[in-house]
Amino acid sequence: MIPAAFEYHRPQDMDGVLAVLQEHGDDARVMAGGHSLIPMMKLRMADVPHLIDLQDVGGMSDIEVGTDTIRIGAMVTQADIIDHAALAGAAPILREAALQIADPQVRYMGTVGGNVANGDPGNDMPGLMQCLDATFTLVGSDGARAVKARDFYEAAYMTAREDDEVLTAVTIPLPSGGYAYEKQKRKIGDYATAAAAVQITKNGDTCTSVAIAMTNLSDTPIYSEAAGAALIGTTLDDAALKASVAAMLDDIDPADDNRGPIAFKKHVAGVILRRAIERAWSRA
Amino acid sequence: MSNKMHIKLNVNGKDEEFLAEPRELLIYTLRERLNITGPHIGCETSHCGACTVTIDGKSVKACTMFAVQASGKSVTTIEGIGGPDALHPLQEAFKEHHGLQCGYCTPGMITRATKLLEEIPNPTEEEIRFGMAGNICRCTGYQNIVKSIQAAATEMSAAKEAAE
Ligand SMILES: Cc1cc2nc3c(=O)[nH]c(=O)nc-3n(C[C@H](O)[C@H](O)[C@H](O)COP(=O)(O)OP(=O)(O)OC[C@H]3O[C@@H](n4cnc5c(N)ncnc54)[C@H](O)[C@@H]3O)c2cc1C
Ligand code: FES
Ligand code: FES
Repeated sequence: MIPAAFEYHRPQDMDGVLAVLQEHGDDARVMAGGHSLIPMMKLRMADVPHLIDLQDVGGMSDIEVGTDTIRIGAMVTQADIIDHAALAGAAPILREAALQIADPQVRYMGTVGGNVANGDPGNDMPGLMQCLDATFTLVGSDGARAVKARDFYEAAYMTAREDDEVLTAVTIPLPSGGYAYEKQKRKIGDYATAAAAVQITKNGDTCTSVAIAMTNLSDTPIYSEAAGAALIGTTLDDAALKASVAAMLDDIDPADDNRGPIAFKKHVAGVILRRAIERAWSRA
Repeated sequence: MSNKMHIKLNVNGKDEEFLAEPRELLIYTLRERLNITGPHIGCETSHCGACTVTIDGKSVKACTMFAVQASGKSVTTIEGIGGPDALHPLQEAFKEHHGLQCGYCTPGMITRATKLLEEIPNPTEEEIRFGMAGNICRCTGYQNIVKSIQAAATEMSAAKEAAE
């Protein structure tokens, strides 16, 4: 499996990256860890006449845990997330999710920026970032702009990012309460059959806020506001859980594929969401 | 269309320089250009780990990296870990504990395990299974691979203590 020929660029700074993107338009693509892009190039499903390797650009590999927000550079890898103690303290759902992505070799290479920019519905971090209400920073020749994760995904491999923009960082408001990332997969290292990210807060026995996002159950991640609304103000009794799952099932639109028929996907989505809510609640 | 590029690698301590197309995958550079055939091609689709090498302290599937991406870096393959005259404790343990049958997955397994034991010198069975999840074996059923890694960990820790 040999990819089609391409020109390789390894710019030393962002200006260099933007210059190649400007010159070659959609014939150019950036590469971070390459663990989604290279397999696609080998299968000749991605044609990249100009490949821009981001590894020398710098300034995108930091994790900053502040008092109100967390900023994660686009080149931070899944392995970096797992190893970062302050991050695990401030937003443990990130580590819990990263541990369920791929396998050790892939996690050394796969980056946060690549995972959220890719636009593959199977990627775990887009839904996670929607749950956490993250904001993506996009840099282009006209400067930087911010797009909410919840507004970023349009369809499979279609996002709000323009061809000549680079995603440089993800900013997350410091989460509070209980959390869970629950993922059903066929085998270790696989993409999700269904996954749920839940972040929940309570006051006494009453749920006060909740964010729920689902992965690989539509051609984009699904932030289900309705699934959350069904829980707020309740004590998470069985009726509330059932209502939440039903609301989520209304929002997703899974496809029949090698991970199973639609009815099975919906069944698994319901089981996974219920587990995620219960686990998050037990930690709230 | 694409021009050949000047690529520099340090492989198992030896500097290598050559011209190659950017689309050349590192696994082919190692096996076909440099004749370093320890790293195997099992799946060629980033799943099996038979092609695992160590690059700048990371376990990497060499079928999923272009040689040009690794330019300027150090690559370690099974050949750089130990050989027939001086087996690495992991190689010794795989031999002793039947950690291999056909041996196809073994170079990748051992290369990955060297890194795992650097990160977690005395792993539990669960940590071994999780840390080796990127390496697939069709023969052993994994039991003896786990045993081999545990035995090597014990051996290496004892040797380290003795040295201190
Ligand atoms: C065997 C295997 C199993 C996997 N399992 C999972 C899994 O369970 N869950 C999961 O989420 N992922 C999984 N992955 C994917 C892996 O996590 C990828 O590495 C990740 O999705 C993409 O990150 P990357 O840095 O490798 O991106 P790349 O492959 O370099 O890039 C992916 C895409 O994003 C674009 N891109 C990259 N960085 C930027 C940037 N900074 N700005 C703009 N665009 C950018 C590229 O142009 C490309 O289109 C798996 C991969 C493999 C090989
Ligand atoms: S040959 Fe590289 S992972 Fe299988
Ligand atoms: S020993 Fe045969 S594949 Fe592992």
